[in-house]
Amino acid sequence: MSTDDFGILSFGAYVPRSRLQRSVVAAANAWFAPSLKGLAKGERAICNWDEDTITMGVEAARDCLGDRDRAGLSRLVLASSSLPFDDRLNAGVVANALMLPSALRGLDFTGSQRAGSSALMEALEGGGAMGPTLVVAADARKAKAASTQELHYGDGAAALLVGRGQPLAALVAAHSETVDFVHQYRMHDRAHDYAWEERWVRDEGYLKIVPRAIDAVLKKAGVEAGAVTHFCLPGTLSRIQAAVAKRCHLSDASVRDALAAVCGDTGVAHPLLMLAAALEDAKPGDLILLAAFGEGCDALLLRVTDAIATARPHFGVKGALARRREDGNYMRYLSFNGLLDMERGMRAEPDKPTPLTVLYRNRDMIQGLVGGKCRACGTVQYPRQRYCVNPECNALDSQDDYPFAERSGKVMSYTADSLTYTPDPPTYFGMVAFDGGGRMLMDFTEIDAGRMDVGLPVRMVFRIKDQDPLRGFQRYFWKATPA
Amino acid sequence: MATGIKDKVVILGMGCSKFGERWDCNAQDLMVEAFEEALADAGIERKQIEAAWLGTAIEEQHLGKSAVPLAMTLRLPYIPVTRVENYCATGTEALRGAVYAVASGAADIALALGVEKLKDTGYGGLPQRGRGALNDLFWPNISAPGSFAQLAAAYRAKHGADQKDLKRAMAHISVKSHDNGARNPKAHLRNRITEDDVMRAPMIAEPLGLYDCCGVSDGSACAIVTTPDIARGLGKKDLVAVKALQVAVSNGQEVQYDQWDGSYFATTRVAAARAYQEAGITRPREQVSLVDVHDCFSVTELVTMEDLQLSPEGTAIRDVLDGFYDAEGKVPCQIDGGLKCFGHPIGASGLRMVYEMYLQLQGRAGARQLKAPTWGVTHNLGGFPSQNVAAISVIGAYGA
Repeated sequence: MSTDDFGILSFGAYVPRSRLQRSVVAAANAWFAPSLKGLAKGERAICNWDEDTITMGVEAARDCLGDRDRAGLSRLVLASSSLPFDDRLNAGVVANALMLPSALRGLDFTGSQRAGSSALMEALEGGGAMGPTLVVAADARKAKAASTQELHYGDGAAALLVGRGQPLAALVAAHSETVDFVHQYRMHDRAHDYAWEERWVRDEGYLKIVPRAIDAVLKKAGVEAGAVTHFCLPGTLSRIQAAVAKRCHLSDASVRDALAAVCGDTGVAHPLLMLAAALEDAKPGDLILLAAFGEGCDALLLRVTDAIATARPHFGVKGALARRREDGNYMRYLSFNGLLDMERGMRAEPDKPTPLTVLYRNRDMIQGLVGGKCRACGTVQYPRQRYCVNPECNALDSQDDYPFAERSGKVMSYTADSLTYTPDPPTYFGMVAFDGGGRMLMDFTEIDAGRMDVGLPVRMVFRIKDQDPLRGFQRYFWKATPA
Repeated sequence: MATGIKDKVVILGMGCSKFGERWDCNAQDLMVEAFEEALADAGIERKQIEAAWLGTAIEEQHLGKSAVPLAMTLRLPYIPVTRVENYCATGTEALRGAVYAVASGAADIALALGVEKLKDTGYGGLPQRGRGALNDLFWPNISAPGSFAQLAAAYRAKHGADQKDLKRAMAHISVKSHDNGARNPKAHLRNRITEDDVMRAPMIAEPLGLYDCCGVSDGSACAIVTTPDIARGLGKKDLVAVKALQVAVSNGQEVQYDQWDGSYFATTRVAAARAYQEAGITRPREQVSLVDVHDCFSVTELVTMEDLQLSPEGTAIRDVLDGFYDAEGKVPCQIDGGLKCFGHPIGASGLRMVYEMYLQLQGRAGARQLKAPTWGVTHNLGGFPSQNVAAISVIGAYGA
C-alpha cells in the first residue's frame, strides 16, 4: 500500500463568500417552527446564485493545485450528493475548467454522504500505480424552508491531490463499513432530504457503526486510540463528535470542530474539508483520524509528514472562511434556492439556448478561458481569432493557447446595471485589463456596493453564466471578482 | 483618397413620422407617415423612385426580415429594394445606400427609409435578444445603458474628472435636450426638466439615471435623394447636399487590444476625420453650425463632443457646462431634442438626424430654427463603446 513517497501532495478548500445568519432564518420561521430558535447560532455558507457543486469544485481544485503542473494528472474524481447533471460527466466540466488533458480518467462519485471519503480512500489505497489523482468533493444540498437542514447544512468544497512525490500526509490504514442504516435519503426526483429521528440516528448509527469502523482502522494500523492527534467526524447532532470520541477512547483534545458555527455541514465535502482544516493545523508526525458516516462508515488514519511545514494552499479552509460576507437576506436565499416563486419581469423571459456544437468547438475558450498569444508579435488576446488583433500584425493562425484563468487583472471600466435581468441585481460588469496583457469585457461577481472602482485588482472565478429552464441546462463561464 | 461624394447628391425630399409611443400604429403605418411627407416634399411620384433601402434593426419585433416589407408597404414597382442593418447606425446606412446609388449613376432617384416599432415588447428599454451563438456564451450580461455607463468610469479615470462635475455635465446635457425637444412637435418627450430631476432620478446603470437615457420610441424617417441636376430640373432651389458620409466599424482593437482606454469612441474619431476631409472641413469647432449626435445616453454625447473634434480632449465637461452646445450656444447640439427627446426608433434615428439638418438648412425648423446654419453634422452610433459602428454625415448647402 502506501510507501514513503506516496500520499496527499496538496490540499485546497472553497467556501462560498455569503454566510447566511441562522438567527435570521429562525426569526423568519419562528411563527411556524419556534423550535428552530435552538439552532439560531452562527452562520452557514451559501452558494451565490451563480455557484454550484461544479463551480465550487473548480475553485477548491485551483486552490489545491496552485502552480503545479496539471498535465500529469491521471484521474479526477468529483464527489458530491448534489451534482448538477444526472447524465453528463460533472467531473468533465471541472476538468475542462482546469484545462486538464483529455487523457484523464474522470469520475463522478455520488449516492452517499460518504462519496468524498470513499473517493479519497480509493485514491490513497490505489497506490502510486495509477498516477496522480485529484479528489474533489463539493456539495450544495438544498433544504426546505423552516427545516433543520436549512440551518445545519452549508455549501463548500475541498480538494486533495494524491500521488507520488513529497506527501504531506500518508495513509496508515483505512476501513469501511457498509450498513443500510438510513438516517436520511433523497430519491433522484426529489430536491430535499427526508430525515429520521435524531435520537435513533445517534444511538444506533453514530454510536454503534462509527466506533466499529474506528476500532477496525486503529487495529489495522496497530495504533492506540490515544495516539490520534486530530479526530475529524462530520455530523450535526449535538455534541456527537465528543460522544463518539469518548466511546472510542480518543482524547478530548483530538476532537476537531465540525465548523458548524462558521460554515455548516457541507455534506459530501465535509470530511475532506475537515481533513483540510486539520492539515492546516497539523505538525509533522501527527495522526489524523477521519471518519465519515452514511449508510455505514469510512475511517481513514493518516500520518502527517515533515512536508506539511511548507505545504500551504493559497486560501485553504482558513482563507476561505475568512473571505466572508454576512448575509441577513433570507428572502434572497429562498429565491436563489427555488423556494420562492418571484415575479422576475419580462426581461427574465428571453430564451437562453446553448448550442452544444458551439460549446464543444469552443470549450477551451469558454470553459477553460483560453485565449491566444501571437507568435509573430507577442500580442495576448481574447478571444483567440484566426487573425491577430494587432493592426500592425494581423497574422493568420499565428496564436498559441494563452490561458487567462490564473491571470490577475485590474478593472478598466465598470457599471452596476439595474436594467438587465439577473437573479441578484444589479449586474456588475466591465472591462478587465489583465496583468501581462489582454483584456475582456466580462461579468463581475461578489461585488459589494460601493467597492467597485477603476484599478481594482481582480481574479478570475468559474461560475454559472446562464440558466436555461426550458431545456434544463446551465452554462458556465468565468467572471472577475475582487482579488 | 477617392474623390468622395461631396455635392454629388442632394436631398429631394424628406419625411419623418411623429416619434413616440405610437400605440395606434404598426410599423407599416409609421413607414407610410414618413413616406407620404417625403414624397410630397420631393414633389415626385413613387414610380420615379428607381431604388430603395430599408433600414431596420430589430426586425423580429415588427416587420420581419428582408426588404419585402418596404416594397409591400409602399407598393414600390418591382424596383431593387435592399434591407440594411448595422446596429443603431442602421438609418445612416440606409441613406448611404441610396446616396451611393445616385452618386454612382446607377439610379437617378433613390429612397432611404428607416423604421422601428419598439413599443410592442411589453416593457421599457430596448428589446432583449440573443447576440450570436458564440457571443452568448461569453459576452457579459449587458444592457445598453450598462455598456455605455462604462464610458463614465473610464473618462473619469483618464481625465481625473470629478464625479460630481461629470454627473452635473451629464445632467446639463439632458436638461438641454428636453428644452429643445419641448419645441419640437414631432418629439417623443416634450417636457422640460431640471438638473435636480436628473440627479434624483432612479439609477439605471451607474452613473446613468433614468434621465441620462434616451427614449425608446416608435417612428420612421425617410429621404429621397437625387443628383443636383435632376433636382434643379424638378424646379428645386436652395439645394441641400450630402457633403460627406463616412462609416467606421470596430475590428476588435478596442475590446481585445491593449491600447484603447475606454473613454472615447475610436470609430467616431476615425469616421469624423474622414468625413471632415471629404466635406472639406478643417476647423470643426469654428465651422460646424450644428450637430445632431447619437446621444443614446448623456455620457455618450459628452465624450462624442471630443471625438468630433468640437471640444478639445478633456474639456467637454467645461464646454457643456458653459452652454457651448445649448440652443443659444456656439454649436447647438440636439436642437431637435436628439435621441434623448425626439426619441430613438433605431432604424429611423440616423435619417431623423439628417431630417433636422435638412430642415434647419432650409430654414423650415419652426420654433427651433437656428440663424443661418451652413454645416450640419450628424453622428449615428450603433453597438457598445467597445465594439460599434459609427456613421457620420455632413450636410450643407449645395455648392457651398
